[in-house]
Amino acid sequence: MDFGLSQDQRLLDESLRKFLTSEVPLDSVRKLAAGESSDASIWQGLASMGLAGVLIPEAYGGAQLGMLDAVAIAEALGYAACPGPFMSTAVMASYYLEQAGATDPLAAMAAGTYRVGIAFSDAIGTRKGHIVEVDSALSGQSLFALDAEADAYLIGLGDGRVFMIEASEVVRTPLTTVDVTRSVCELTLNDTPACLVSSDPELLKQTLYRGRAIQAADTLGAAQYMLDEAVAYALERKQFNRVIGSFQAVKHMCAEMASQLEPCRAFVWYAGHAFDEAADEAALTACHAKAHLAEVGQFVAKTSTEVHGGMGFTDLVGLHYWFKRIGFNRQLLGSPEAVRQEAAVLDELRRP
Amino acid sequence: MDLSYGSEYDLFREEVRSFIREFKDKQPKADDGIKSQAMRDWQSLLVQHGYHSRTIPEAYGGFGAEPDIIKSRIIAEEFGAQRVHRGFNGQGVTMLTPVLLEMGTEEQKKTFIEPTIRAEMIWCQGYSEPGAGSDLASLTTKAELDGDDWVVNGQKIWTSTAHHADWIFCLVRTEPEAPKHLGISFLLFRMDTPGIEIRPLVDMTGDANFNEVFFTDVRVPKTQIVGERGQGWQVANAILGHERGSLATPDAALNRLNGVKRLMREESINGAPIMDNPIFRDRLMKLEGRALAMQYNDMRLLSAKINKNQDVRLAAMIVKLAGTELRHEIECLGIDVMGEIGLSYGDNPHLRGHGSWQYQYMFYLGLIIGGGTSQIQKNIISERGLDMPKEPKIPLKVAQAAPDGASREA
Repeated sequence: MDFGLSQDQRLLDESLRKFLTSEVPLDSVRKLAAGESSDASIWQGLASMGLAGVLIPEAYGGAQLGMLDAVAIAEALGYAACPGPFMSTAVMASYYLEQAGATDPLAAMAAGTYRVGIAFSDAIGTRKGHIVEVDSALSGQSLFALDAEADAYLIGLGDGRVFMIEASEVVRTPLTTVDVTRSVCELTLNDTPACLVSSDPELLKQTLYRGRAIQAADTLGAAQYMLDEAVAYALERKQFNRVIGSFQAVKHMCAEMASQLEPCRAFVWYAGHAFDEAADEAALTACHAKAHLAEVGQFVAKTSTEVHGGMGFTDLVGLHYWFKRIGFNRQLLGSPEAVRQEAAVLDELRRP
Repeated sequence: MDLSYGSEYDLFREEVRSFIREFKDKQPKADDGIKSQAMRDWQSLLVQHGYHSRTIPEAYGGFGAEPDIIKSRIIAEEFGAQRVHRGFNGQGVTMLTPVLLEMGTEEQKKTFIEPTIRAEMIWCQGYSEPGAGSDLASLTTKAELDGDDWVVNGQKIWTSTAHHADWIFCLVRTEPEAPKHLGISFLLFRMDTPGIEIRPLVDMTGDANFNEVFFTDVRVPKTQIVGERGQGWQVANAILGHERGSLATPDAALNRLNGVKRLMREESINGAPIMDNPIFRDRLMKLEGRALAMQYNDMRLLSAKINKNQDVRLAAMIVKLAGTELRHEIECLGIDVMGEIGLSYGDNPHLRGHGSWQYQYMFYLGLIIGGGTSQIQKNIISERGLDMPKEPKIPLKVAQAAPDGASREA
């Protein structure tokens, strides 16, 4: 029995974190926020480490790893607030296309030269705008499509069918959100011919669950960063002639964050592992992990900011990039309340 | 990640199962007390087969097996799944025995361990005092040497099983001049020694789960000390670490959560099952998420014990804090699902689950406080888990003057 990351997974994690520390410092996030750069070069760097093709079979140049590898990667990316479309193109789109047998784009996706975005709002529960299909042509709007820089999009309809469409065929409007590290956009289609990839609603759901597990892992990493920063700041900042980390009021905030966050590590690993080895538990575990991390992440994001006092509220320490990343993960692919409703249904289905 | 125990353990699991099939009927009944013959016979049977005191050396009455965490886990799983009695696991078994093995003299091991693990010698723990709770090391029950005896005077509180106990393991102050952590000794003595008075302490559940114990000139032979004079604090700390994790097991939390689900299907308002109410469902799913996090955390802890390939100190430290708070909230949801019926207690004919929901709701509040309060846990997590500094000590004179403004002025 061994519950945890393998030797290979640890080595990958170590080299990825080294890369992120040197190549994706806070300054690169700030440049992105200021509109001075795109995430393209970062994504190329990650692709050169094999991240873009993590789930893609070796036959198409991918690493052919599993979801446990993917959640470990997502945790490291969250820790660095690393920009880029890992969840959308490397996990969700790669999985969907491969499973649907639409393997043509996979080689370019694994190389990081072709990005496939995810426009699943209709399938998850849309608040505004939706897409209709008539004679293999799509019309309407899809909001909050993942990856404003993608080369193509998978568009999920309310009935579970998924179409693929080249970015050049649609009107694409980037949408500003609080989180600058992941881009989203609005797609407008007007009787645009699209290619049906699969009509299997279960495949769409399985893709969605994988995205949720990745979000949980991303939040775990981002929240761990915020906890580490809070502890470091509390050991450095002095008031009343003492480091503030010696006051119980502050220590206990840190202990509460650790107490909620530490079990999430095992939770996220298990969520990844379930897709690889315990398929019947995977959907429920992914929904629970996503919703639970949304709550713990929110608590840690708020509490860590408070430990930083006024500085936490400023742009100077940049902590807010992680705060916002956690907020992004909370809402996308289903809010915690919506995901828990789904979990309840899955839970009832599993009842003996 | 490999979550199987390996096929080499299949045979062992089958052994445990066949033991259960053969002997299940011999387990003590609900009304057999801890001192009943049925309990002692069952205990002996378990020890003899290695399902209790498995790793205690044969020389001291145990089964003498090499430690094997997976085998221990399999025993727990199989007994748990069949709801078979795990044997008596009082504080003598779980806390004193490991300490004696580590710090006791050969004679103490020979004298005490075998009857303790056979449930023939029941122990209670004399640690907390009215003035020494979270600050346990400030305890004042004293023992003075008079000839060949220690003479013990003082009071203990929160002493569970004192009314059943044959013996007590007790922290007393023997070196009043020494710094508080260095002046404590660890004594063992009989509970029928003259000068001991036990008063039951009725708690909010209505039961007396604990007692107060008073000592007046209790004479204890001076050889009945574990470790040296003044070493008692080291001994006590070794045991407390042992106690904390066991107060909040994730399996029990998930079992209770399944109980809440049953309640939600059975209970209804205006004919609609509570399970169909989205607000209650949301609360249920929130708690299930937390319970699952604790369950996987527990699997990680188990794995780290076997493989020793990851640092899980923090993951272990948070179990008492997170686990007891979670359990309290699960019991709370059970009550809320029933609404006013959830208030039922005692002989109320509308009681559900024999009144366990209210009882456990209160009992777990007790466990949030006992065994190191949640606030003490947060100190431990921040200081030992996150390397944050201790609260600076206030000089004794200032601390004593503080409650009274006038004396501070003077």
